[in-house]
Amino acid sequence: MRREAPQKLSDYGPLFFPAMMLIVFFVVPFATMIAVSFFQRQQGGFYVPAFEFANYERFLSLFFANVLGFSLMLAVTVAICCIVLAVPFTYLLTRMKRKVQIVWLVALLSVLSLSEVIIGFAWSTLFSRTAGITNLLVMAGIMSEAKALLPSFGAVLTGMVYQAFPYTVLVLYPALVRLDPTLTEAARTLGASPIKAFFTVVIPALRNTITATLIMVFIFALGSYLLPQLLGRPQHWTLSVLITDQAIYQSNMPFAAAMAVFLVLVTLGLVALTVLAGRKGEAA
Amino acid sequence: MTDFLKQTIGRRAVLGAGLAGVSMLAMPSILRAQEKSLKVGVYGGYFKDSFDKNIFPDFTKATGIAIEAIAEPTGEAWLVQLDQAAKAGQAPADVSMMSQVAMLKGQATDLWAPLDMAKIPNGSNLIDRFVNKYPDGRVAGIGAVSWYITLVTNTDVYKEAPTSWQAFWDPANADKLGLLALVSNSFLLEVTAKTFFGGTNALDTEEGVQKAFDKLAEVKPNVRLWYRDEAQFEQSLKSGEIPMGQYYHDVTGLAAADGNPVRSTFPKEGGIQDSGCWALSRASTKVDEAHQFINYMSQPSIQAILSRKVGTSPTVKRELTDLTDAEFAAVSSDIEPIIPRYDLYQTKSDWLNQKWTELIVG
Repeated sequence: MRREAPQKLSDYGPLFFPAMMLIVFFVVPFATMIAVSFFQRQQGGFYVPAFEFANYERFLSLFFANVLGFSLMLAVTVAICCIVLAVPFTYLLTRMKRKVQIVWLVALLSVLSLSEVIIGFAWSTLFSRTAGITNLLVMAGIMSEAKALLPSFGAVLTGMVYQAFPYTVLVLYPALVRLDPTLTEAARTLGASPIKAFFTVVIPALRNTITATLIMVFIFALGSYLLPQLLGRPQHWTLSVLITDQAIYQSNMPFAAAMAVFLVLVTLGLVALTVLAGRKGEAA
Repeated sequence: MTDFLKQTIGRRAVLGAGLAGVSMLAMPSILRAQEKSLKVGVYGGYFKDSFDKNIFPDFTKATGIAIEAIAEPTGEAWLVQLDQAAKAGQAPADVSMMSQVAMLKGQATDLWAPLDMAKIPNGSNLIDRFVNKYPDGRVAGIGAVSWYITLVTNTDVYKEAPTSWQAFWDPANADKLGLLALVSNSFLLEVTAKTFFGGTNALDTEEGVQKAFDKLAEVKPNVRLWYRDEAQFEQSLKSGEIPMGQYYHDVTGLAAADGNPVRSTFPKEGGIQDSGCWALSRASTKVDEAHQFINYMSQPSIQAILSRKVGTSPTVKRELTDLTDAEFAAVSSDIEPIIPRYDLYQTKSDWLNQKWTELIVG
């Protein structure tokens, strides 16, 4: 098949529908949000159209910097944990029989059907003192008495990794299936152990896929606001939690919008940096 | 389901319906009665279901005014919708049940049509604080329902019921409390002021509020969970995972009646009494019907039904109702309640919210 550049206006036709959808459901709401972030908050009322930076000024404080820093750190940690777990898992999965693969993939897909609320409550039960997994350890004689594993950072991290793991596997799976098996075979015949072949051949061959997956999981994790509330202490609340508080409970739309715009900008900046760093690495 | 599908509409049924339709047309009086209607906004879910079942049908029977119940979202989203609609001359609901902070915010934009107390004779039954007034004395709303937030404990963990809110500050209760996560729904500043500084008047000045915040900071090590979601705390309270906290009095009573090891205590400083008002949108054209509705709802007998069926505390004076001691205790108490300082959440909301968030997150 030869690809030709579009010649006439009608050649752009197929683009029209997706473009409209993008404009109606993304560009317009996002532009509205940016506009609202400059509006003036009426305390005890709503907001009035204006152009002022007060909402951004309020955000620029040590307190919010800490919350933002924590949110980014949490999202990066979740992304790294997911990759570290999912790459070897998916690699082994692609080596298995077709039937086994299908069973695993269906199981992972079914996790996606669980809502954040169900995942949060399930983990909060598993980590509880009264009904949690520590009771099993006590029964097995490993621990002396059951204790609560939440609220804690570990609990938040576990819940979020659990939630993001299926996405990670599903994004990595196509690339790993297409990976030419002769590459590892060559490495093996040249004397590399399976583990060495995995780290020196498979991982470098997948570098772009892994970077893209990292970014996807990072952005996915950054938006999480329920799991930190259900499984963590207030110091583990992400910026998304505070945005919700402002928007829903304080009716302070301008400030909530300003925080959201800031979060998007920081995210885009980090993604751009990652992509740039990746390009430089390739050129070298 | 299959049985239902198998049913066919018989010839008789069709004829019957046709006859009924013709006779309706022949009797314009019935149609006119049906024209009298009122759209009433009630919190969606439990409240709306209870009102649809226990209150609205009897009201229609008594007055001939049909009620169209609108499920309103909690929080302030409904206030925003009413306000925007009123600017366009529309009323998505004529009468709505509004929180006290929403009442104040609506007052700021003159959203509520002033009520004529002469048309609400039952208004004299109300406890004074349930008549919500504009600063110039016009009546903005009438108490619809009220409810208590009290000190709740797990009876397996605490054999003796605590007697004072001071239990929250007791170092023995480290990591054992579940408290509401927002300054504007936990009302812990008021609790602190009443318990340690002689009353909620201590919050009149910023220094007073600051002192309450400082005192409240001492509770932080005792708090295991700051909850927004009620189910989360209720479950933990029942299981003893989080054995103490603040929660709704009537819901805790129902849980105890189901055999769960929980109890609700009115501390000697009083329970926190929050409430909702009936308010009429200024864009509504159903002013007479609205007054009839509010008057009907302010009857002691209706308030007693609400206490029995919905679990709310009466907004009319206790002695006017026929509630037994047990029925009254299930929803309320004679101990002077802590009334939240709603004015603060209107005039100082951003400052309070910022201080509060820094207190619990920092």
